[in-house]
Amino acid sequence: MTDIVLSKVYKRYAGGHEALADVTMNIATGEMVFITGHSGAGKSTLLKLMAAIERPTAGSVIVNGQNIGALRAQGIPFLRRNFGLVFQDHKLLFDRSVFDNVMLPLDITGFDRREGAGRARAALDKVGLLHKEKARPITLSGGEQQRLCIARAIVHRPAILLADEPTGNLDADYAAGIGDLFRDFNQVGVTVVLATHDLQLAARLQPRLIEVRGGRIVS
Amino acid sequence: MRNWLAAHRRACTGTLSRLAGAPLASLFNIAVIGTALALPLGFYVVLANLQGLARDFSPQPQLSVFLAQDAAAGDVRALEQRLKSQSGVANFRFVSRTQALETLKSRAGLADVMAGLADNPLPDAFVVTAAAHDAAVLETLRGEFAGWPKVAEVHVDSDWARRLDSLLALGRYAVLMLAAALALALVAITFNTIRLQILTQRDEIEVAKLIGATDGWIRRPFLYFGGILGAAGGAAAWLMIWIALLVFNTQLKPLSALYGIPLRLAHLSAGDSLAALLFAATLGWFGAWLSVRRHLHAYNPS
Repeated sequence: MTDIVLSKVYKRYAGGHEALADVTMNIATGEMVFITGHSGAGKSTLLKLMAAIERPTAGSVIVNGQNIGALRAQGIPFLRRNFGLVFQDHKLLFDRSVFDNVMLPLDITGFDRREGAGRARAALDKVGLLHKEKARPITLSGGEQQRLCIARAIVHRPAILLADEPTGNLDADYAAGIGDLFRDFNQVGVTVVLATHDLQLAARLQPRLIEVRGGRIVS
Repeated sequence: MRNWLAAHRRACTGTLSRLAGAPLASLFNIAVIGTALALPLGFYVVLANLQGLARDFSPQPQLSVFLAQDAAAGDVRALEQRLKSQSGVANFRFVSRTQALETLKSRAGLADVMAGLADNPLPDAFVVTAAAHDAAVLETLRGEFAGWPKVAEVHVDSDWARRLDSLLALGRYAVLMLAAALALALVAITFNTIRLQILTQRDEIEVAKLIGATDGWIRRPFLYFGGILGAAGGAAAWLMIWIALLVFNTQLKPLSALYGIPLRLAHLSAGDSLAALLFAATLGWFGAWLSVRRHLHAYNPS
């Protein structure tokens, strides 16, 4: 069974820059895939297409049987709930506590708040931040912020985890810890797609590697 | 259903705490909306009071039918029959010319004047009370009576009340126009306030959208914000008018004592107050809706 199918995908931005050209790939359910390449190679664009943050200029991106290019705006929120998204810049909300940051995805889906609180604590425990649930995200270190972002991405138990440079600006120890987290999720059946140029992490987790260069898949 | 209600409750309480979190800004916003609403609402209160006054002072819907000087007793009886069978007449009484003269003579100061008259100059008259208060009904009756034989003149006694009524109708139009202009202002104020709110909550909106929030979920707190702002503004307007009336009524007391009539301006009725509050809340909600609709598009995928 496949989760994500891209066929002959092109993405051209206004101004003529071609970010992706003729990209075809399949990612199966439960797979762990690293998309590697230099910055500007098109890794982030690939992830954005998968999460319906952007639409392809040509070709089709099919996620869970739904064609993203043809998806109506009203359908996008429900598609996104299949994903856990981990961002390089974390995108945490600094006006609320660590706990409330993790609660956000559950609030959005109308999850019962008391039941949700249990899940949020479990997610925070998983990334080792339970003792900081009342803290403000601004007081956390870079590594902790990244782990908080991961807790928020997994709290609603998504089928697919998409992470853009999750270890981008962390030192090696932190990066290894976060890599182990992704491996754990993958072992319980979550499809993990990571865009990274961290080859150390790749060596540690032994995922399937897809390399993009200049907007094309080279291996 | 329970989750849905809980989500609404959360959006509502979240909005309230956001308002309380910036008390000065919220207060000023509410004051601006309140002032904008207080103008037409205050005008309306004055009009409603004047209308009440006009109703209190307007006499019975009466017409005086004066007969010609040469009307004989037979003519009077014929007219009496016609009045009896006339629809729209509640009752009537006959005032003979001698009776009228006696009444006039009995009034102080007029006896001497009357004594100097060789002839009784007064005509016989019927005082007719119409069944309806309606100005149009009175007007038809007047036309009808005037066409009857031996009727010299017909007076509608409540003419002044009608004039005041039509003046008040004009005033109501003025209130409506003022209200329309200021309703627009209220929508514009909430539109802008929500726009700023969206800008300050841009991160939250972006993140929420990325992790699967529907437009409805994102819109909800802003709509509550607009509605609550409008309602609070309406309440502020109500309070302003209440204070103004309090001051005004105190000033009115000596005047009221001088004229020996109770002059007092009343505030809006409970129903009108509720309607004004709902109207303000709806306008605020609408302004917010326009704003959110206009400004959330930026977050859709390109």
